[in-house]
Amino acid sequence: MKKFKLFFCILLSLTIFNTLKSAEQIDPIKVDWSFKGLLGKFDRSSLQRGYQVYNEVCASCHSMQYLSYRNLGEPGGPEFSEEEVKAIAAGFEVTDGPDAQGEMFTRPGRPSDKFVSPYPNVNAAAAANGGAYPPDMSVLVKARKGGANYIYSVLVGYEDPPPGVTLDEGVYYNKYMIGNKIKMPNNLSDGLVDYADGTEATVDQMAKDVTTFLSWAAEPELESRHKTGVKVILYLVLLSILVFLSMKKIWSRVNPEI
Amino acid sequence: MSEQEYVPKSKVGKWFNDRLPLLSLASHLTDYPTPKNLNYWWTFGGILTFCLLTQIITGIVLAMHYVAHADLAFASVEHIMRDVNYGWLIRYIHSNGASMFFLAVYIHIFRSLFYGSYKSPREIIWIIGLMIYLLMMAAAFMGYVLPWGQMSFWGATVITNLFSAIPLIGDSITTWLWGAYSVDNPTLTRFFSLHYLIPFLILGLVVLHIWALHVPGNNNPVGIDIKKPSKDTVPFHPYITIKDAFALLLFMIIFAGFVFFAPNVLGHSDNYIQANPMVTPAHIVPEWYLLPFYAILRSVPDKLGGVILMFGAIFILFVLPWLDTSKVRSAVFRPIYRQFFWILVIDVLVLGYVGAMPAEGIYLVLARVGTVYYFLHFIVILPVVGYLEKTEPVPLSISDPVLSGSADYSMAKKDNEKI
Repeated sequence: MKKFKLFFCILLSLTIFNTLKSAEQIDPIKVDWSFKGLLGKFDRSSLQRGYQVYNEVCASCHSMQYLSYRNLGEPGGPEFSEEEVKAIAAGFEVTDGPDAQGEMFTRPGRPSDKFVSPYPNVNAAAAANGGAYPPDMSVLVKARKGGANYIYSVLVGYEDPPPGVTLDEGVYYNKYMIGNKIKMPNNLSDGLVDYADGTEATVDQMAKDVTTFLSWAAEPELESRHKTGVKVILYLVLLSILVFLSMKKIWSRVNPEI
Repeated sequence: MSEQEYVPKSKVGKWFNDRLPLLSLASHLTDYPTPKNLNYWWTFGGILTFCLLTQIITGIVLAMHYVAHADLAFASVEHIMRDVNYGWLIRYIHSNGASMFFLAVYIHIFRSLFYGSYKSPREIIWIIGLMIYLLMMAAAFMGYVLPWGQMSFWGATVITNLFSAIPLIGDSITTWLWGAYSVDNPTLTRFFSLHYLIPFLILGLVVLHIWALHVPGNNNPVGIDIKKPSKDTVPFHPYITIKDAFALLLFMIIFAGFVFFAPNVLGHSDNYIQANPMVTPAHIVPEWYLLPFYAILRSVPDKLGGVILMFGAIFILFVLPWLDTSKVRSAVFRPIYRQFFWILVIDVLVLGYVGAMPAEGIYLVLARVGTVYYFLHFIVILPVVGYLEKTEPVPLSISDPVLSGSADYSMAKKDNEKI
């Protein structure tokens, strides 16, 4: 029986090991994110700052097509107030229609609108960025090995290419990027944005904030998932204790050693 | 079955039961005499039933919100994750449920291998079980295609291309499977349709699986035939039901751990990138539960040969009851087979590991050795060991060691105590 249990453990650890094993490039920096762990939560003010960085820096190239402005006010997210969400949405021009005359028209955004994309389609986005399509960032954190750590590392991983490495026009060196070559320039510099809450906008701070924001965007359910998960597991543990005791009682009629 | 004829107490019950003996069936299921020494490895049948029902129920809800279209599928999954009430929970239960289902079925299969549950008179139970397993793999593969991520698309491309290895008609068959000249929208829609159908076929086979089980009754850790009912047996309810319930709860705790705290750890990050026929991922890997077969497929330099070996690895299990020549069922009394059993377990784990690695260098060597050993185990080792092995004396009954006069009861007992 012991061997069976050992086998079970090996199987589990092997499968987990396989999926966690990362590619050839150097491992991303490990950040102690507030949303990691069983009870992890997002840092609300970091999410709000992260949205600001996304909106002022990333959004000119990267779309987030699966998010709606209303998401910014929902529990577990940046939790902007209703008025703030309305104001944020109204700041965007949304194409709507056709109207009664069959014409498309633009109007100010509403909270129910999806995030407005910077380019009309993937080809336009690629053409404007040297042939490299800036990926949609809605689920980017889940779509990269290493998740939040990897995104953060790439944002702070720009450096001059080592001797012997030549880069084409419009290609940059990044020590964490797969293949070390990236078409996105280093867009972050100290003091680039003006944080409303007075936090100093260092490159590291902005990278952390925007990565937190992207992590929430990829998993907006994270906080309620963690909360529900703790309750579910506690319930299952209690129930299994009760069932175990009942089982002992029932089996004591035939065989005390179950 | 040597059970007493059931007669309903009420008049209405009797009237109904004479016309459709559902009450007799219920009575049979609750009274069903079960060996009292079944250990926790026998609880996975109930756990698997739970897994199947969970997949069906969550799947029905997901199908209400999912859109089977190449342009819309990926977005509809995000819609489920973001806008459907508890959509994330339903989807994570369904996607992790597939992994849990396979974890349970592998334990169930290896339990059968260890205790010789596939042997006479239980060959049909075993064969129906393998058919369920085959359908599970088909359902899981097609289900993995539905989110239309990069691994969905390229996994589907790799697997459907296997059929092109068939001589002469292979290309036509592949085109016919796709419904197009590559994996495309028609492929997605038919996979969705079949993915919805297969679980109900499985459900039907599960009924047959249990029916076939109830003819000879359960095997048990000692592997001997027992009189039913007797002091070696207990009624299925409440003894087995409560034990199954306890094991199921422990299983659900692990299940919930994945769903709530590591919902994507068993998946591949590339599947959160929408399918793009113009971009091939660096490594195309199937889900973990198919990796051993993937390793066998890639261990052969010839495509057709690889496909034949991969399917052969499953189909050889269908003749297992006739390959194993030993009269003794349980490995508890088979000292040589017991060793080979564990080597096979390690072999399959190694195959699974190299299946996730690139097919080159040491991994390719390991895959080839592992593949050869896998077939060697079933074709050579099992028949030969059955003839040559000196098995240990088997007790005559579960509860009466004195009658058997065998020193080996202590071993069977030890086995029971450890659970």
